[in-house]
Amino acid sequence: MNDKIRIVIAKPGLDGHDRGAKYIARALKDAGYEVIYTGIRQTPESIVATAIQEDVDFVGLSLLSGAHNELFPRVVNLLKEQEAGDIIVFGGGVIPEEDLAFLKEKGVQAIFRPGAPISEVISFIKSKTGSTAA
Amino acid sequence: MPNNKNIEKNKNKWEETTLNKVTSRFPARKNLITGSDVEVDNLYIPREDFSYEEKLGFPGEYPYTRGVQPTMYRGKFWTMRQYAGFGTAEESNSRYKYLLEQGQTGLSIAFDLPTQIGYDSDDPISAGEVGKVGVAIDSLRDMETLFDGIPLDKVSTSMTINAPAAVLLAMYIIVAEKQGVTKENIRGTIQNDILKEYIARGTYIFPPAPSMRLINNIFEYCSAEVPKWNTISISGYHIREAGSTAVQEIAFTIADGIEYVKNAISVGLDVDQFAGRLSFFFNAHNDLLEEVAKYRAARRIWARVMKEKFSAKNEKSMMMRFHTQTAGSSLTAQQPDNNIVRVAIQTLAAVMGGTQSLHTNSKDEALALPTEASVRVALRTQQIVAHESGVANIVDPLAGSYYIEQLTDKIEEEAWNYINRIEDMGGMVKAIEKGYVQKEIQDSAYKYQKSVEAGDRVVVGVNKFALEEAPPSGLLKVNPKLQKIQEENLKQVRSERDNAKVEDCLAALSEGASKENVNLMPLIIDSVREYATLGEISNVLRDKFGEYRESIVL
Repeated sequence: MNDKIRIVIAKPGLDGHDRGAKYIARALKDAGYEVIYTGIRQTPESIVATAIQEDVDFVGLSLLSGAHNELFPRVVNLLKEQEAGDIIVFGGGVIPEEDLAFLKEKGVQAIFRPGAPISEVISFIKSKTGSTAA
Repeated sequence: MPNNKNIEKNKNKWEETTLNKVTSRFPARKNLITGSDVEVDNLYIPREDFSYEEKLGFPGEYPYTRGVQPTMYRGKFWTMRQYAGFGTAEESNSRYKYLLEQGQTGLSIAFDLPTQIGYDSDDPISAGEVGKVGVAIDSLRDMETLFDGIPLDKVSTSMTINAPAAVLLAMYIIVAEKQGVTKENIRGTIQNDILKEYIARGTYIFPPAPSMRLINNIFEYCSAEVPKWNTISISGYHIREAGSTAVQEIAFTIADGIEYVKNAISVGLDVDQFAGRLSFFFNAHNDLLEEVAKYRAARRIWARVMKEKFSAKNEKSMMMRFHTQTAGSSLTAQQPDNNIVRVAIQTLAAVMGGTQSLHTNSKDEALALPTEASVRVALRTQQIVAHESGVANIVDPLAGSYYIEQLTDKIEEEAWNYINRIEDMGGMVKAIEKGYVQKEIQDSAYKYQKSVEAGDRVVVGVNKFALEEAPPSGLLKVNPKLQKIQEENLKQVRSERDNAKVEDCLAALSEGASKENVNLMPLIIDSVREYATLGEISNVLRDKFGEYRESIVL
């Protein structure tokens, strides 16, 4: 299927907590999306390279170390610089409420916090693609 | 002894009559399973084949099911040891002093991720991570600040450091030396458990072979020079946090332990020379009774492994001593006060399971690093269990419960199945390289999360009893200027030290690294003493050893 929505789930920074990222990757796959998981300890540069090379529609970033304010905007900026600003960036992890506005302003379109069900992620993706099918 | 045959017959009768009468009208609740998906029977009764002497024995005696010490907490309480560290060495130093003033009895150092992966704070890869999840340590200078005014002959210190464990231990030895405390007299633990980094935690640097060599170097060096140091803390904690079951947690941890022991023996170390200093680290999750059974099963398995597989003679080699931490992954960002209750239950599990030391998590950890106030409540939770609950007055208080004993047996049996399967694969390194262990954990994590999402498993405040709540306030924020501060400090250290000496030490280390039979510990100590940085030392070794790449399984 060529029109399948493609998503890269990535772990920027140095933290090894990949339980959430792997769950999201697998659950999105089960929901019918094409999912690429990068593994842990990826630089923003390598995540953007993967996203462009794999021609994805979404980049989902997972981070639990507290470095999100530095690293999430960096991914958004690199995508823009490389003329891939149409790729939608969302994120998740241990992210305090007070950082949400900052991240939104920097172009991270959604943040899913601890306890968010996968259905929320899927509705977000659907709202952005305007499609009801995966 | 009760007549078990009769009891079993009577149980069947009870099921058909008394029980059935009720369940036909009011069926049992659905999903009567443990936290790890083990089905729970309608009633537990004495078992015919149960041998007290063989399965339990006495506290402080083989197979140590009932505990590693004869008195347990009747003698003294477990060590209350809160894992802490953030920001600069100064900030962490004052948190440690605060905790010691509040009655904490040991230190536990959290390092930031660049430190844990052997990068200096000014390395570009450290951007955004400096001082975030722990304290940033670049050189001996930071370590001197970290322990300033803390007498290292009085406290025991646990350091969560793995791939560069040798470097941080070297720094600790020298800080002690500068305080006038000899290395024979320092007490503490380095985590130094690289296998679980590959499996679940992710702060690896080198591939397995050179990593195992560094571990052997530490075992050998410490057995001669730092005799009171626990050279490794073989950790199931992170395996459980990654989503494993209780059985998988102890099975994979013990399989890791077997690999370390095999490795050390293969380079000529005598088992009884190092095995007494091996320590363990487990999770305490919400299912109180299952957790207690898990600790008991783990002690019994390890004793058998050491005695039967490795022919250990020294009793200390057979005793599984362990630290426990309450389950970070069980904490919810929603209604965070509820986490205090979860932690209290988990504390009871750890204590009734016979832990040697305990960290209790703070209620706000699903949101940020804990504040001083929430850390205090976490510590008070341990103190209440110790002084008020009464459970610490008796050794192995749940022994003899039909359910606990049968669950202990069942967990043991299933853990052995895993251990044997991994042995058949050629050991833990092979099993990791195949992705087998990672996949088993992931499957459990996926299944668990699915059941939460389906509402089959209730998480209070998350998928049931949820509330609209105002965002929490007063969370701890790490100083965003920290990276700059560390960079400045590094610059100063590099300008003040004798750079020619540093280069000589690093050259000697590099040469030592290329010869397999050289113990690297003394060379690392020499380098650290001259203020070579953690990043410089790690880079020398990266150059010789190469770097590990994760095998991704999904």
